Amino acid sequence: MREITFSEALGEAMFEEMSRDPTIFTYGEDIAKQGGIFGAYKSLLGKFPDRVIDTPISEEVIFGSALGAALAGMRPVAEFHFADFLFTGMTAIANQIMKFRYMTGGQAKLHLVLRGPDGISKSAAAQHSESIETIFMHIPGIKVIVPSTPYDMKGLFKTALRSDDPVICFEHKMLYGLKGPVPEEEYYIPFGQADIKKEGKDVTVVATSRMVHESLKAAKNLSKEGIDVEVIDLRTLVPWDREKVLESVKKTHRLVVAHETWKRGGWSAEVASVVQEEVFDYLDAPILRVGAYNVHIPFSPPLQDFVVPDSKSVEDAVRKVVGGAV
Amino acid sequence: MEYSKEFLQSLYVTMVRIRTFEKKAEELFLQGKLPGFIHLYIGEEAIAAGAMVNLRRDDYITSTHRGHGHMIAKGADIKKMMAELYGKETGYCKGKGGSMHIADLSIGVLGANGEVAGGLPIAAGAGMAIKLQKKDNVVVSFFGDGASNRGAFHEALNWCSIYKLPVIFLNENNQFASTERVQETTSVANIADRAIGYNIPGVSIDGNDVIAVYETVKAAVERARSGGGPTLIEAKTYRIKGHFVGDPTLYRQEQEVEEHWANEPIGRFEKRLKELGMLGEEEKKNIWELAKKEVEEAVKFAEESPYPAPEEALTDLFVDDTGYDY
Repeated sequence: MREITFSEALGEAMFEEMSRDPTIFTYGEDIAKQGGIFGAYKSLLGKFPDRVIDTPISEEVIFGSALGAALAGMRPVAEFHFADFLFTGMTAIANQIMKFRYMTGGQAKLHLVLRGPDGISKSAAAQHSESIETIFMHIPGIKVIVPSTPYDMKGLFKTALRSDDPVICFEHKMLYGLKGPVPEEEYYIPFGQADIKKEGKDVTVVATSRMVHESLKAAKNLSKEGIDVEVIDLRTLVPWDREKVLESVKKTHRLVVAHETWKRGGWSAEVASVVQEEVFDYLDAPILRVGAYNVHIPFSPPLQDFVVPDSKSVEDAVRKVVGGAV
Repeated sequence: MEYSKEFLQSLYVTMVRIRTFEKKAEELFLQGKLPGFIHLYIGEEAIAAGAMVNLRRDDYITSTHRGHGHMIAKGADIKKMMAELYGKETGYCKGKGGSMHIADLSIGVLGANGEVAGGLPIAAGAGMAIKLQKKDNVVVSFFGDGASNRGAFHEALNWCSIYKLPVIFLNENNQFASTERVQETTSVANIADRAIGYNIPGVSIDGNDVIAVYETVKAAVERARSGGGPTLIEAKTYRIKGHFVGDPTLYRQEQEVEEHWANEPIGRFEKRLKELGMLGEEEKKNIWELAKKEVEEAVKFAEESPYPAPEEALTDLFVDDTGYDY
């Protein structure tokens, strides 16, 4: 199968759906002439000049106008530039977009997508490195997608562009250049279907985004120690695939949940809690969580590496839950 | 300018219908029949009535927490409004929104809004949609004096100016942001002066003069429809009632209210119509009686309507009604 990058996969999804649906348009900072600050829209350059729009740095209107445009019959795709800057327009999302359908008694279909980069990169420091997907899982009213591969990016994003509910897509900065197999023929990935990225029988590791790759790396290393890790990529957090996680835990009896965001109150706590509520009797060890320390992302490379989890953090957690039992 | 009796009476009727609805809502609230809280439009009726007569059914408005008058003038169903105020199943939002979240997409009302300035970014988005669809609709975004101090106001004016969007920003300067006087919270004497900063026309008018509102909004609507871009209109009025029903109004003396009451828009317009020989005593009586009858019927409808079943609280988050339990 041919291989394309994560950002090319996003570009293809946009190109195919924009060609099909004239109501889709996209806007944000640095996208029309620059192709996005991390090149996410490079493959859209010069295409759809009327429907790929550069905007002022006005986040409350970037997000709030997505609601207005959707109500007036369009399918806006608003870019948030950096996940950290979602906060600058957060009220338009949390008070308007996420509540509108509910508080008006279901009067509107809110076909709108918010998308952009999150996560660490090379020393971007505290205000350009955040992963805040948990917040959007906590507040009701938006679907949350967190793709980890080019294949998932394209398939999930094409589904987002046909969704009649608001969707927010977090694209990890360090994944945009990642290459992976993507079929030529059209496909869609439904929300709420986790993907088993690697089968295993000893421990289940649930992850998303960059931590899927760190977990796969950990699994490879751990296999040398005779530990057979199953890596499940949730792919979407709202909704999230409980069934697949529960089935896996019933098989492996051990669970580690890994994300880049802060450990305190991170979505791993939700997953761990649901698992112990539903399949407590199957568990042979406490569920462990892997996440960043509860500080901000520091600038200096050794500091950043220390704060944010990687494959080693996953390995350590897996060894702990196995406890020499394998 | 010369206007027909029919036209002028239609403005009068709209104002009377709003006043009658609001008086009844106040009475019902004080009787303990309405949950939550309500914000009354009494004394500001000329703005909604004068503005809305310029709009087509498929033109859009964004409203505010003080939105009953906008809804009525845009052609909303008073029965469904009253039922929503009661929290009944037959209300506009099936009891999920209440007074501050009434919307009717079928007549272009993109929602009242519980957030000050919350509607302006939404209006900008509807404006973008209209432009992309190459339609000639317009959006009127109502907002108060307090909203003009929020970032969303400044972002939205700049945004609509640079893209020349068909949005009329209609400021209802009723002199108070909640309990605070506009002079104490706002850097300019006339909110319309803020238009200069965004390179769009700005005009301050007497918001208690329904003809002045009509003529000013008419010019702005014509400008917007023909691609001329946005206008900021400041309609100066006075909030006769407290911020909400039950407001102890510690920030002003009753005498001040009495002085302003002499200038309230319905009495003023009535005098003018009589001078023109366009409103006889009998006609006036009929108009008020019809409005009263209409509101009484709405109250009856609301009181006879059932409350929503408690489980209905779980619907309307997403289009397929999922999401409440995962």
